[in-house]
Amino acid sequence: MSLSKLLERIAQLVPVLLGVSVIAFTMMALTPGDPVQIMIGDQAITAEQEAQLRHDMGLDRPMVERFFIFLGNTTHFDFGESFYHKRPVADVIAERLPATIELSLVALVVALATAIPLGVLAAIKKNSIFDRIATVGSLLGVSLPGFWFGILLLMLFAVHLHLLPVSGRIGFDSEVPSVTGFLLIDTLVAGNMKAFGDAVAHLILPAITLGLPMTAILMRVTRTSMLEVLRQDYVTFADAKGLSRRRVLFRHALKNALIPTVSVAAIETGSLLGGNMIVETVYGWPGLGRLVVESIFLRNYPLVQAAVLFYAVTYVLLNFVADLLYTVLNPRVKL
Amino acid sequence: MKDALLEVRDLRTVFETRAGRICAVDGVSVAVRRGECLGIVGESGSGKSVTFASVMGLVKAPGRIESGTIVFDGRDLRGLSPRQMRAVRGRDIAMTMQDALTALNPALSVGEQIAEVLEAHDETLPARGAARRKAIRKASIEMLGLVGIPSAETRLRQYPHEFSGGMRQRIMIAIALACRPKLLIADEPTTALDVTIQAQVLELISDIRAKLGMSVALITHDLGVVAEHCDRVMVMYAGQVVEEGPTTEVIGAPKHPYTQGLLASIPRPALRGQPIHPIEGQVPDLIGLAPQCRFYSRCTQRREACLAPVEMRAAGPAHNARCILIGGDEE
Ligand SMILES: Nc1ncnc2c1ncn2[C@@H]1O[C@H](COP(=O)(O)OP(=O)(O)O)[C@@H](O)[C@H]1O
Ligand code: SF4
Ligand SMILES: [Mg+2]
Repeated sequence: MSLSKLLERIAQLVPVLLGVSVIAFTMMALTPGDPVQIMIGDQAITAEQEAQLRHDMGLDRPMVERFFIFLGNTTHFDFGESFYHKRPVADVIAERLPATIELSLVALVVALATAIPLGVLAAIKKNSIFDRIATVGSLLGVSLPGFWFGILLLMLFAVHLHLLPVSGRIGFDSEVPSVTGFLLIDTLVAGNMKAFGDAVAHLILPAITLGLPMTAILMRVTRTSMLEVLRQDYVTFADAKGLSRRRVLFRHALKNALIPTVSVAAIETGSLLGGNMIVETVYGWPGLGRLVVESIFLRNYPLVQAAVLFYAVTYVLLNFVADLLYTVLNPRVKL
Repeated sequence: MKDALLEVRDLRTVFETRAGRICAVDGVSVAVRRGECLGIVGESGSGKSVTFASVMGLVKAPGRIESGTIVFDGRDLRGLSPRQMRAVRGRDIAMTMQDALTALNPALSVGEQIAEVLEAHDETLPARGAARRKAIRKASIEMLGLVGIPSAETRLRQYPHEFSGGMRQRIMIAIALACRPKLLIADEPTTALDVTIQAQVLELISDIRAKLGMSVALITHDLGVVAEHCDRVMVMYAGQVVEEGPTTEVIGAPKHPYTQGLLASIPRPALRGQPIHPIEGQVPDLIGLAPQCRFYSRCTQRREACLAPVEMRAAGPAHNARCILIGGDEE
């Protein structure tokens, strides 16, 4: 990837972010409900106090003016204060981010680790019983609503069988000092294997729920591209060379078949972010997704706007990563 | 046939498709002698590739070998297990494909694609470790040198797309010959190439054949190539052998109307200015063929007797053709 292409990509980000800013702002502004009223709740306060509060939150200005203030601040990475936390939005998000990244990465790994072998197997055993079951399974995987599936798993494994914890990232008795914010790492840094096991146990259900639709999609992609690759002349030629079946399948076929899988995985990682809001809410996972859901209910404008921008940037970056991986994996495409 | 390295008898390979049963190879018998170059000619779709894919054990579903025997170097290949067959492929019988661009793996370096075939078959290599890697590398460089690729050391690291079409064809030949096979099946080695490069590649195959003393089955639809490079030739039409014999006889005095037609249809420099006569009509649909001579619909000499099944007839001591005009007992 040349420097000019990189710059081009970065330049493309500008209109995207501008568009997303407008949408994020207007959506929040048009959502019924007054943040000030929500904040006051049942407290008895005077009209003056309420006006003061509205002024402090910057909500006494006209909407257009507020938009340009928001836009201006955003250009130098000032996302304002969270109404609720009374702290800079950037800090609040940064605090919640490791939990979300950890969950997403584990979901990604789980998805890749199941989707690729299943997809390859379905392709090799095309039209077999296994292939049919896998096809139906993947159809269910993409179409089952995440919250429903999540609650189902939760009821079964946590509530009824008591095999796994119901909610959160780690038990209270397993807390370790935060170094990276990633509990799988922090527990190991602390040398606390019991805490590590506890963190893993907390991750299992949310990671499966979050990764399920992705697993289904990646399995389909792997199966399709593997079938396509197995038809290619170079696979026949590899067979004609008398190579072992393992080498033909995994070195010759899979190396090519994985190119689309990896690209799609990178793009789909963006949609894990969307899935996070639901999964984190179901499993009480203290990450960005749940924070955003809570903030929407509280009409916490600055936080929601900043989070939406963050999602947009991540999404664009992941697409960029997908392209980059495609060129790296495919020697035919010039870097 | 005495001195046969490969002897195929009565091979029948079918494809069960949705449209019906395609008998792509219908009772083909063919022999390749030690050290000879056998040419296999015929229009596209006549069953040349499927015949030799059957020999290699590379017919993929929905195709399968229905009957026949394939004996190579005294071994019945159809009786071998898949694992035993893999040991034969690439080591005893090697194959090149029509288009090297699609036959070479785009995602693997050329060096790896040569090395892996040595890795799979070469028993003279040191068992393991650095010595083995070094020996493989040396053999790979040697093979690239043999097929005329300069600065092989540096080119091993490159990928197929970094080479020209002619170079890729040479690389594919290098891979096929890496383990010094007894038989090379060259499936249309020049069809994808420019005319000037075609001659070079054929020359290369002939040279190496002489050097290594191997047999070659050269599949082509160019009778000019056959005339220049092959000892014997077999003409296929619609899944059957219609004529076979020494090249000089088959090309000098073709007996089957189809072979005659093929010869009339090639532009020859000596006959420049004369009109070319392509054979009219098309290869018949291989689904639901009538028992008659398969060339009937296109034959200028057809008669009623041709509507019965036609067997191979002797047109000379080693020259046979599938036509009722041979042997003088036509009606
Ligand atoms: N994979 C396949 N599926 C169905 N039919 C096939 C397949 N491969 C070959 N055939 C049939 O076999 C016939 C002969 O093919 P082929 O041996 O490739 O011809 P040639 O090499 O002489 O051009 C084709 O015309 C086609 O009808
Ligand atoms: S058998 Fe009859 S139809 Fe067939 S090639 Fe001979 S003359 Fe022509
Ligand atoms: Mg062919």
